[in-house]
Amino acid sequence: MTRRFDALWPPALFGLAALALWQFGVAAFHVPAVILPAPWAIFAKLFASLPILWLDFLQTMQGVAAGYALGCASGLVVAILIDRSPFLQTGLLPFGNLVSALPIVGVAPIMVMWFGFDWQSKAAVVVVMTFFPMLVNAVAGLKSAGAMERDLMKTYAASYARTLGKLRLPAALPFVFNALKINATLAMIGAIVAEFFGTPIVGLGFRINTEVGRMNIDMVWATIIVAAAVGSAFYGIVALVEREVTFWHASNRQREV
Amino acid sequence: MIRAAPILAVLTSLLAIWYVAAVLMNAQLQRDRFANAGRTDYSTAELASASLNTDRPKLPAPHQIVGELWRSVALADPTSKRSLAFHAFITVRETLLGFALGSLLGGALAAAAVHLRWIDRALMPWIVASQMIPIIALAPMIVVIFNQFDVVGIVPKAAIAAYLTFFPVTVGLVKGFRSPDPLQLDLMRTYGATRAQTFWKLRAPACAPFFFASMKVAAAAALVGSVVAEVTKSEDGGLGARLLAGSYYGQTVQIWAALFAAAFCSAVLVGAIGLVDVYAGKRMGYAR
Repeated sequence: MTRRFDALWPPALFGLAALALWQFGVAAFHVPAVILPAPWAIFAKLFASLPILWLDFLQTMQGVAAGYALGCASGLVVAILIDRSPFLQTGLLPFGNLVSALPIVGVAPIMVMWFGFDWQSKAAVVVVMTFFPMLVNAVAGLKSAGAMERDLMKTYAASYARTLGKLRLPAALPFVFNALKINATLAMIGAIVAEFFGTPIVGLGFRINTEVGRMNIDMVWATIIVAAAVGSAFYGIVALVEREVTFWHASNRQREV
Repeated sequence: MIRAAPILAVLTSLLAIWYVAAVLMNAQLQRDRFANAGRTDYSTAELASASLNTDRPKLPAPHQIVGELWRSVALADPTSKRSLAFHAFITVRETLLGFALGSLLGGALAAAAVHLRWIDRALMPWIVASQMIPIIALAPMIVVIFNQFDVVGIVPKAAIAAYLTFFPVTVGLVKGFRSPDPLQLDLMRTYGATRAQTFWKLRAPACAPFFFASMKVAAAAALVGSVVAEVTKSEDGGLGARLLAGSYYGQTVQIWAALFAAAFCSAVLVGAIGLVDVYAGKRMGYAR
């Protein structure tokens, strides 16, 4: 516990120092609030606007949650399906790798046209963004069970489904969680950027875009704080679940020694 | 050639699915258009082929996108706003400028973090944490802040690209600079190497695979940053502006063409880095 505290206080101190410098710098040099509001003003705005931001959060998270669940689940299912076909794997995986280099958020305007302004179009963007990372990682994960263990399953006369359930899926979990973590960030990005292209009058991305237009920079910062907090909480939850579920994996065991 | 067959098979089936989907999604639209024109005597085949060539379709057929790309890249005057090459050039210029700036800053900070303990302990946790938040949300605000200082055009967008490049590069390079094992570091010490010598002769070369891996991630991120920044400030042009204009006027073919152009630019950037990676890997002996 003390070691953990040792690791925590320098960044915490640094953050506080930076905030203090920001606060006093803005006051000392009379920086106009339309360029850089003081942190105190931003926090005040944040607490004053909690009801609005709560609605924005709910709106954005609808798209994030639906898209994330659907994208990750379908990526995993397709990975299991093509696992038995090397032909499909060699055919599909290059696409999976290529897609990771593409600016997929660009499909946002198309999805808005197809699925309307509400959260469904954001969920669709998130599905497209999260599908391929999960596919590529899960295919790699399903391959990660060792030859010895597979042979053992064969000597047990285990069926394909049994081997999958008892050996290969558990062995794939670290890879799957890796994709889940990458996708947590991607899902937030996808939903927020998709809201730049059109939404009903609520949502974190919408709030940022309109308040920028109205020069309410303090409100923009407040929304960004919410987005950052939600993003890191989302990531943190996935990481916590990972540690509970894959406690046996080397990367988690080392820490306890 | 054995590897090309499955890829080609998947590609052809994707195209086939796309055509079928285009017919299904556009058929209703085309039926309405026929009805408006007072036509009722069309056959199913006629409806299908018309659906694939209709104006402002829900899902353009691949040949429509290729046609639009051909018209707006090859036929249009590359200096006019109607040319997609003109917009792609704007985007790529912003991306490259930002990418170079962000990588330099990230590299400098990573080198500092390896040598200065307080940077590593106090600042790096923030940089690592920033990887899990949607930093692209800052893009519209950065554009506006630059605007306040009368900085317009390419610079604000390059700043966002730089900003998105910075984080993955820093994290990747710190990992790379730390990758030499203690034995090798001890060897440098027995040679009496200075810190600068250890850095340039051991840490920097050992960093190469990490360097290229984070460069690829960063180049893709930089392009996304430029495109999103162009969406928030679209009067200067660029692929993001094309996307936004297309979505305002329902010009779906134009959106898809801009999307393919952005994908092409990104693939070329990442592919170029990948080629250098392969070459360096062979020369430096880290390639598998």
